[in-house]
Amino acid sequence: MNVTATLIGQVIVFSILIWFIKATMWEPILNTLEDRKKRIADGLAASEEGLKAQEVAADEAKATIADAKQQAAEIIAKAKSRDTQMIDEAKAKAVEEAERIMVGAQAEIDQEVNRAKDGLRKQVSALAIAGASKIVGKEIDANVHKNALKDLIAQI
Amino acid sequence: MSESNATAISDPVGYINHHLTNMSSGTLGEGSVIDFSVFHIDVFLVSLLLALGLGYLGWKVGKSLDADKPTGAQNVLEMLVEFVNQQIKDIFPTADKWVGPLALTIFSWVFLMNAMDLLPVDLVPSLVGGIASLFGADPHHVYFKVVPTTNLDTTFALALLVFGLIVFYNIKHKGVWGYTKMFLFHPFGKFLIPVNIIMTLIEEIAKPVSLGLRLFGNMFAGELLFLLIALLAFSVWTMPAQIALGTLWAIFHILVITLQAFIFMLLTIVYLGLASQSADEH
Repeated sequence: MNVTATLIGQVIVFSILIWFIKATMWEPILNTLEDRKKRIADGLAASEEGLKAQEVAADEAKATIADAKQQAAEIIAKAKSRDTQMIDEAKAKAVEEAERIMVGAQAEIDQEVNRAKDGLRKQVSALAIAGASKIVGKEIDANVHKNALKDLIAQI
Repeated sequence: MSESNATAISDPVGYINHHLTNMSSGTLGEGSVIDFSVFHIDVFLVSLLLALGLGYLGWKVGKSLDADKPTGAQNVLEMLVEFVNQQIKDIFPTADKWVGPLALTIFSWVFLMNAMDLLPVDLVPSLVGGIASLFGADPHHVYFKVVPTTNLDTTFALALLVFGLIVFYNIKHKGVWGYTKMFLFHPFGKFLIPVNIIMTLIEEIAKPVSLGLRLFGNMFAGELLFLLIALLAFSVWTMPAQIALGTLWAIFHILVITLQAFIFMLLTIVYLGLASQSADEH
């Protein structure tokens, strides 16, 4: 049971070991623990914030959906009114077109009638001359009875 | 085994003495308590190897710390660091960046040195003896004491450094005059200054002495008990008793080595905490 020179060696080893453990292990591990603590706290705060943001976003989404619904209703109503308007327009156009076609047809009919009348007139004058010449017995010069023919024709 | 058993049976005192003798350079003078011409190679070597192992572990874990995915050794060391740090937070009045590493070093290093006690008592001495006999030495005169803390040098080396730090912290936090006042006026006030000086001196010196002797005594007694249990193997009929007692004592000793390391650490923190109180808190 003696104290020997080993004591000095042990003190030196001990001192170096304390310093070494402080530098390589104690401080890094404490820093890591501190870091982890901070990160956990940050993470919790962030999740809290996230929840709040989610609530806000949900509210916003609701408002947006309501807005969209309203707009959709408006659009449908507008579309419906435009629908009836288009039908009315189409009806009006159809009526107009029908009238136009009718007018055209009438004009054509009139024209046709006139043309028939003209043809008839010419034939009447020829018939009248032929009939007259048969009755009279000699050939009648059309030019001589021009005025009489004209009157006849005009009577038709 | 049979040879060492034979020696043990025929000469139990010699067996125990052989195990209690250090491998030293120089020989101890009879009766001298302090002899700086002697150097215990085995004590220094084992504690140095354990210190290196501890340092290597700390360095290895410390350089690849991962805050997100702690694994294996990092978990263990984190737990240890938090445990020590909690003790310091509970006891220490001020924030101090050295007391933590000091306490952790004491706890882990003393624990490791104490743990050498759990190696079979004959294992390392016969190994070293065997190796020495290869080089022509007589194994009976080759000594090797494995447990560094069964040696006063180790325990007093720790205690002395702690004592030095106690003085340093006292002066740092109380000032030279505050520290002197503690000797002069504590515990009996200003009318009993000589008594105060003696009392405080004893109190202060008792701190490192009790630290060193407590650890040494516990470890030495444990080691001696292991040796005595080893001596039980004098016949085949006593082997069961040796095995049973050895196992029991080894299991109990796990508690002792941890507890002694813890006590050394805790008292160090307490002493340094007392030293860090400012003068008027006394």
